[in-house]
Amino acid sequence: MAEARLKVYRGDSGGGQYVEYKVPVEAGMVILDAIHYIQGAYAPDLAVRWNCKAAKCGSCSGEVNGKPSLMCKTRLDDFDLSEPIEVRPIKTFPVVKDLVTDVSWNYEINKRIVPFTPTNTNTDEWKIYQDDVDRVQEFRKCIECFLCQNVCHVLRNHDKKDLDDPKHLFAGPRFMVRIASLEMHPMDGANRVPFTKNEAGIGYCNITKCCTEVCPEDIHITDNAIIPMKERVVDEFYDPVLMIWRKMTGKK
Amino acid sequence: MAMIDTRYETHEHDVIVVGAGGAGIRAAIEAAEQGLRVALVCKSLLGKAHTVMAEGGIAAAMGNVDPADNWQVHFMDTMKGGKFLNNWRMAQIHAQEAPDRIRELELWGAVFDRTPDGKILQRPFGGHTYRRLCHVGDRTGLEIIRTLQDKAVHTPNIDVFMECTISHLIKNGDEVTAAFGYWRETGKFVLFKAKAVVLATGGIGKAFKVTSNSWEYTGDGHVLAYDVGADLIDMEFVQFHPTGMVWPPGVAGLLVTEAVRGEGGILTNSKGERFMEKYDPARMELSTRDIVAKSIYTEVKEGRGSPHGGVFLDVSHRGADYVKRRLPSMYHQFKELADVDITTGPMEVGPTTHYVMGGVKVDPETAQSTVPGLFAAGEVAGGMHGANRLGGNSLSDLLVFGRRAGMGAATYAKGVASIPAVDEAAVQRAIAEMVEPFERKGENPYTIHQELQMMMQANVGIVRIDADLRKAIEQLKRIQERAKTTSISGSVTYNPGWHLAKDLKTMATISEAVARCALQRTESRGGHTRLDYAEYDPYWSTVNSIVRKNADGSMEVTTAPLPVMPEELKKLFEEEKR
Amino acid sequence: MANSRSMAINDKLGQTERRDSWWIEPLLSGLGLGLFGIYATWAAFQGTNFEWGPYLSPFYSPHINAPWFPLSPAFLILPFPLLFRATCYYYRKAYYRAYFMSPPGCAVGPAQKGGTYTGETKFPFILQNLHRYFFYFAAIFILILTYDALLAFNFDGRFGIGVGTLIMVANVIFLGLYTFSCHSWRHIVGGKEDCFSCDKMSKLKHGAWSRVSIINENHMRWAWISLFTVGFTDLYIRLVASGVINDLRIL
Repeated sequence: MAEARLKVYRGDSGGGQYVEYKVPVEAGMVILDAIHYIQGAYAPDLAVRWNCKAAKCGSCSGEVNGKPSLMCKTRLDDFDLSEPIEVRPIKTFPVVKDLVTDVSWNYEINKRIVPFTPTNTNTDEWKIYQDDVDRVQEFRKCIECFLCQNVCHVLRNHDKKDLDDPKHLFAGPRFMVRIASLEMHPMDGANRVPFTKNEAGIGYCNITKCCTEVCPEDIHITDNAIIPMKERVVDEFYDPVLMIWRKMTGKK
Repeated sequence: MAMIDTRYETHEHDVIVVGAGGAGIRAAIEAAEQGLRVALVCKSLLGKAHTVMAEGGIAAAMGNVDPADNWQVHFMDTMKGGKFLNNWRMAQIHAQEAPDRIRELELWGAVFDRTPDGKILQRPFGGHTYRRLCHVGDRTGLEIIRTLQDKAVHTPNIDVFMECTISHLIKNGDEVTAAFGYWRETGKFVLFKAKAVVLATGGIGKAFKVTSNSWEYTGDGHVLAYDVGADLIDMEFVQFHPTGMVWPPGVAGLLVTEAVRGEGGILTNSKGERFMEKYDPARMELSTRDIVAKSIYTEVKEGRGSPHGGVFLDVSHRGADYVKRRLPSMYHQFKELADVDITTGPMEVGPTTHYVMGGVKVDPETAQSTVPGLFAAGEVAGGMHGANRLGGNSLSDLLVFGRRAGMGAATYAKGVASIPAVDEAAVQRAIAEMVEPFERKGENPYTIHQELQMMMQANVGIVRIDADLRKAIEQLKRIQERAKTTSISGSVTYNPGWHLAKDLKTMATISEAVARCALQRTESRGGHTRLDYAEYDPYWSTVNSIVRKNADGSMEVTTAPLPVMPEELKKLFEEEKR
Repeated sequence: MANSRSMAINDKLGQTERRDSWWIEPLLSGLGLGLFGIYATWAAFQGTNFEWGPYLSPFYSPHINAPWFPLSPAFLILPFPLLFRATCYYYRKAYYRAYFMSPPGCAVGPAQKGGTYTGETKFPFILQNLHRYFFYFAAIFILILTYDALLAFNFDGRFGIGVGTLIMVANVIFLGLYTFSCHSWRHIVGGKEDCFSCDKMSKLKHGAWSRVSIINENHMRWAWISLFTVGFTDLYIRLVASGVINDLRIL
């Protein structure tokens, strides 16, 4: 039977190192299967976060050979098994232990986004057509794996995660998607555009599209969520003609 | 030996909700909206609960697509699907209230697929007379959990405790007044004092080898309730979903949504026969899950299975665009994990452990268990689905009874003047039990867990006989003993082996309940199939199975008569016959 | 939130655990943009050989007679398409990666150090927000170049088609696809609406938005193809005009 070698990051907030394990390869095996094998055979205390094992819950995010990916979706047969496969926790958030990171920062961001605010609370009167919600449904496919947050260089390398200072805060691609899903909802009445610019820091995004590249749900994060939100911010804050027009007509 | 910090932190709330799937979050929202302080405690990160795995839809008689639909028909479908073992009142409340719960979700921001005239689209599903399942492609559960999650984090008075496992409930006299557990991340202990506790912990599927359930499904709530003296009912009824993936090995058991059949998927055997014609010619692939699962089992057993021990399910005749639009997750799941393109060829599928109909016995109106102050909702509660659950009835169950449990707990908590004292000795016993595995030499819990899963699959699986069940009960005794002697290496920091050491005991207990109930019920009905008692038995259609813990710690399995359905509901079925 | 520090904050330029050839893409786009830049600058400085027969180079269209201007008229024209492309949402990705190395690839250490990054919040990059205005100019240029392409069928008053005609037509088609697949345009024609079914007007907008969305998916492709065709059109006319090659008449 073929054998894979996995170099798995073992450590905690104080640091760590890679430990190599040998894993027998079965047909169709994914990285998470290999991690489970290691837990059962060598290291019962190897920490990994997972739930559905079907790319639906977004728990098992990691970096495999440096690539941000869901471990339950990354197949061993995609790799050259003559070399060890390196599995490490996502780099942008602090390590708790082994492959598990503290992603609570993301939950703090979510709390700050004004929730869905219906313009009419009698849903029997709602008429919403599929054309109206196609965009929003794409965004709502998000499984909150936070791989986009992890790969985004604004958070990853520039650490714009200061919850106390909006000058050094970028909400990240996941929450641009969240904001877009609310802003484009046909029955939503709240305006999150000033928030998007001033508190969520959309100006930090330089649309290098890494978020879109890693999204396991194939959400076109940059093209369909971030850029449209940037354009909405332009409408309210940067477009001189629209600004004069609003001054003259008094319209919002 | 590892040094373990045996101190614990204490939190006080009016209501503590254990589990943050659909039922738990809905309960927390309800209790908080009643003005109470609520702790929402979950083993995983918020929004990762098993509800995200629900795919096909949520059943509610809205009548958007088939205007003839109403709650009475939904009620009758549910009772028939459950082989009349359901608690009639729960089935009635469920059918009546489900549409309101859907409207509420919309109001909270859920975005369902739409009909051409701008309403929520509904699709057909097994056992439902009309097109009844509101859905979002094949990711309905994700939509529901995300909607509830966002509602909850913006509801004042709800404190969320993520990655925190409740291992023990603690009573003060007859009432449950506290929940004890540990932070998965740090391994530190924590005590939640409360006036009322709601269990919403889901199911038990991890006791079986082939399952669509995640690591969380270890029967925590069932056993927490059982340990404090609450009755469990109908534990023999485990639903084997007819269609799980069978290949490759790593994903065996992974769910293939019933929506595939709802969208016209056809089941065939290795001879190319559409075998459902033999078993249920009227409903074919959209028969109830118990029947389809047994049919597939029979086909495979009789040598007409697919290469990897399943049957074929084909939806490719609907065209590539349609399949990708209506079943996007399934398309990707097969493409990426099994190298199968379901728009051009069939999938291989076979039964997988999916859901437990049995659970904590609850009052239909308030969701209170037989122990004061302890409530249960969702999969952990029993009675709603009888002997077999219809697809789509689980998501609606979560919302309808999640809300009722939240209300029930709130009403109960309001009647309690102050947060009751907690028995410190009980807390210390819980701590001692948790610390033990670090202090002894013994087996690796993973090894025992695998044995448990194999044993349950082989002996208490989709078909059962007396001898196997007795063997299972014997073996479970040994497994329970071994589970008390496991040892753990490493520290308490995010240590899955340690977590499993406790979960293993829980699974061994709940497995015993399943096996004993299955042995007791000498008939075949719904999710419970006995080869030695292959037919319905008139006696067994009048009683629920009951499991409770004796004073000496042994498990008592008995029966209780079904609640009597009122005349006006009985009439519905009589009128239908005429 | 105890500690949000990222392990990657100290990653040096190009530092990564990735083992694939992530550097090929920024290298190629850097080379592509660089070569075009060099050619366009050189061609703009020439001031001659930009027209032949009915053909006019896009670098020199519209035909401007500006004796007061010290440089070639191309320098009065090129800033507009240049600014349109410079602020384009696709090219931003390409040059931020290739030239600013911010970052050079996904999960690869960037050139800039930790906290000093300001993205598009400060001058000059904050001007990227005016992309839609450069789009308006670019749209006018599409009209002009369409007119040029039509004129390219007119050989001294007689209808005709030369290889140059075909090149000019292809060029304006690809430029059009690039220009009208613009993200700002996609926003303006309908993307800014929240409800597509609320009235007649919004239904029209949905139609426009979804059509733009279809070509927008390939914005990158149009960006590169049109960059090539516009340079090639100038080169072809330049070669014909300078007598290096002869234009082949088809009709």
